[in-house]
Amino acid sequence: MISLEQEQSGIESLEHVVVRFVGDSGDGMQLTGTQFSDTSAMFGNDIATFPNYPSEIRAPQGSLYGVSGFQVHIGSIEVSTPGDTVDLLVAMNPAGLKTNLYAVKPGHTLIVDADAFTKKNLDKAEYETNPLEDGSLENYRVIEVPMSSLTKEALKDIQGLDNKTISRSKNMFALGMVYWMYHRSTEHTVAFFNKKFKNKPLLIEANTKVLNAGYYYAETLELIPNAYTIAPAKMPEGTYRVIMGNTATAWGFLAAAEKSGLELFLGSYPITPASDILHELVKHKHFGVKTLQAEDEIAGITSAIGAAFAGRLAITTTSGPGLALKGEALGLAMMVELPLVIVDVQRGGPSTGLPTKTEQSDLLQAMYGRNGESPVIVIAASTPANCFHYAFEAARLSVEHMTPVILMTDGYIANGSAPWKIKSVAELPEIRNNLLKDAPEHWHPYDRDPDTLARYWAVPGTPGLEHRLGGLEKDSTTGNVSYVPENHEYMTEIRAEKVQRVQQNIPDVTPEFAQEGELLIVGWGGTYGALHTAAKQLHEEGYAGVGFAHFNYINPLPPNTEQVLRRYRKILVCELNSGQFAKILKIQFDDLPLAQFNKIQGLPFGNEELLEQFKKHLS
Amino acid sequence: METTLPKYTYKDFASDQEVRWCPGCDDYVILRSMQKALPEMGVRKEDVVFISGIGCSSRFPYYMDTYGMHGIHGRAPAIASGVKLANPELSVWVITGDGDSMAIGGNHFIHVLRRNIDLNMILFNNRIYGLTKGQFSPTSTVGQRTKSSPYGNTQPPFLAGELAIGAQARFYARAAGNMPKELTDIFIAAEQFKGTSLIEVLQNCVIFNDGCFTGVTDKEVREDKQLHVEHGQPMIFGKARDKGLVLNGLRLEVVTLGENGITEADLLVHDAQEPDPTMHQMLVRLEFPLVTGIIRSVPDVTLEEREDALTAEVKSRSAFTKADDLFFSGETYKVG
Repeated sequence: MISLEQEQSGIESLEHVVVRFVGDSGDGMQLTGTQFSDTSAMFGNDIATFPNYPSEIRAPQGSLYGVSGFQVHIGSIEVSTPGDTVDLLVAMNPAGLKTNLYAVKPGHTLIVDADAFTKKNLDKAEYETNPLEDGSLENYRVIEVPMSSLTKEALKDIQGLDNKTISRSKNMFALGMVYWMYHRSTEHTVAFFNKKFKNKPLLIEANTKVLNAGYYYAETLELIPNAYTIAPAKMPEGTYRVIMGNTATAWGFLAAAEKSGLELFLGSYPITPASDILHELVKHKHFGVKTLQAEDEIAGITSAIGAAFAGRLAITTTSGPGLALKGEALGLAMMVELPLVIVDVQRGGPSTGLPTKTEQSDLLQAMYGRNGESPVIVIAASTPANCFHYAFEAARLSVEHMTPVILMTDGYIANGSAPWKIKSVAELPEIRNNLLKDAPEHWHPYDRDPDTLARYWAVPGTPGLEHRLGGLEKDSTTGNVSYVPENHEYMTEIRAEKVQRVQQNIPDVTPEFAQEGELLIVGWGGTYGALHTAAKQLHEEGYAGVGFAHFNYINPLPPNTEQVLRRYRKILVCELNSGQFAKILKIQFDDLPLAQFNKIQGLPFGNEELLEQFKKHLS
Repeated sequence: METTLPKYTYKDFASDQEVRWCPGCDDYVILRSMQKALPEMGVRKEDVVFISGIGCSSRFPYYMDTYGMHGIHGRAPAIASGVKLANPELSVWVITGDGDSMAIGGNHFIHVLRRNIDLNMILFNNRIYGLTKGQFSPTSTVGQRTKSSPYGNTQPPFLAGELAIGAQARFYARAAGNMPKELTDIFIAAEQFKGTSLIEVLQNCVIFNDGCFTGVTDKEVREDKQLHVEHGQPMIFGKARDKGLVLNGLRLEVVTLGENGITEADLLVHDAQEPDPTMHQMLVRLEFPLVTGIIRSVPDVTLEEREDALTAEVKSRSAFTKADDLFFSGETYKVG
């Protein structure tokens, strides 16, 4: 262990730092982490966060599988991922220490609640000896703090607090210490207490007291020898807020509804990790948002199809297993050519898989997981904040092209948070709709816009446009049921061509760093942060021929995709699956010099492994 | 601006599509009864939407010159729920069959009834799968020989009304598929009822299950075998109008007027509006006489009404009128 006396006092300036708070499910680690990241964002740091909690709602206290964690990456420079390795681990119990120590680089700091290292808790964490005493932590700087007893002590003068409340507020002691270490003010968190416990002044007093106790403990007792400062990051001017991916997705739809003048309808069935979009949208009845928590996934999408028929901006939200259940109905939406957005917040599959872990393994399901020839638009968000943009895009494309759009996000960006430069609805592009207000002469339900091939949207309630849609093949002119062979082929082709023409309505892909040369790193969706960070490192290390192209539009691909791909001697497609996007590229373009890097562990890419892979392909 | 409703005839609701059900199918009767009912409902043609699932009956929307969607198997109640919630002004009808509603679509069937969305469902019950050419359905009787039960069906059936009322149906009516006037009247009553209305039509399948209801629906026997209930009227049936129902303990009993001193005053009087479903369930389960007509019609708040009230309340206390109000609310901070 590093002797405290040897440490020099003073303030160290760092570019970025990763802090992880871990403890029991009931220890309030999510709240602690969120407070630290929000405060840092308001201080002007760039941040990226990731929560990690057990799927058990109330796992046995102190158990290894009951550990809940929250990781925050803050920087004075651009921060794109929550970070792989941890600079400071705050562990509230032995189980938290045991399950998270792997992530801490030797020489870095551990703060532990020494009071929690009892025989009972050590047993539960399957420690044979106490790691605080057996020398196993000698490569780390360990700061043992009797947080439970200090919290108790801090609250001894407040009357009327029960033991549970006292024990629950020790997370604020830890937070106070970390605030002092990184020169953060407690102000934001105190304001938070005042709001959260508006009608419980006792709790405001208690939490504030413990937070300050932690802060002053770290400061006045000089138990922590040095402090770090992270200067504000250089970010574009504007008004920001910290936003979670799922919230950003929900807000993107709110913006699209307002922009398009269409009322939003959500039909949904709860599923991890997508439910937060439902939770967010049900709050916004004041914007005219209508929601139906349906009896199952199928009713979620089919009610949305009904709402789309009735002229609403209709969406449904789910994860992989739900997308499988929605497949047949998605085919119906494609067949009747109504606008509909399906959000797939991907998780580890197959089957029930790893519900709380991340993966990109639904891509081929999104592309092809339906009976018959059934193309739909597929797009993917790539950061927590740009979930807003791509939700808006999904709505825009579905309404403008009269076809379903699958928006792919994943558990990693959906639950992660980051600063979002707030977009005003006025700044967003127009959404043209194909609604028919009156009945044109000789109108037929499958008349199409000559440019986009989109059908017109004839909504019940409009006189003279009465018509029947359905899953049976329709005559291309009259819209009546048709079994004519040539008609079926024609309709199949026109539905595919309609989706292909979306290319005219989406941007080119623009590689970062080298625009041509030796290696193009390719990714899609939620891996942007990790890939961008690693590619940037290579670039800064002087690798001149390395470019990075990240795809948000999957079907159709951006118009210049092939041109970009052919400018590099080698293409490395990196995905959290066994190569699904690589397959899509291979199907569309012959003889690409493709290599793959795949990871299927329910975890995001780590920085080191990416750098190692990239360099392997450069030698 | 209110304009007067055009004077429609049944022809206004018939599409130009040739009807392709088998000759002699009751579906023709149901279709025409609906086309005749619509002009009497006080609804605009452009406000009428028919949503169906899959099956013979589900071709129905193609024959109606209204808005319509031929959906996927079993899902019509969910599609229709979306239509109605999106635009509560519309008159929304679900067309379904015994397989569509109670097998593959059983979940949507019970939940739409539970929620009480103001839409109408017509269940064409022929106790067989017709479109897939003759397999047993969830209403097929035990022992019934079908393509998929050549030695007799071993699965006990659902009684549609019992299932529906168990799922909290507020409006349930039963009618024979060969009685157009009765069907028309019930369709009109269903439209006027605020809430989910379920109409079960006992429909003969001339090809795969011919005669499945003839014992109670044939012209010669129906007056003796069916009790047509009307709210507020005594439960009398029979060609001679001499039979009736009384309650004997916890069971319904058939009595003859004039025998044992029984007069009309002793008979049960139908109360379709009684919220307690006990009597309605007894009527549904009765095999003789088979009870037809509007068995249950209990006014209740609809889902749309609850949602609208909640929306109005949330709106009245919300500080947000535009998305920007939300986006820039709470903890924001400036950079630069």
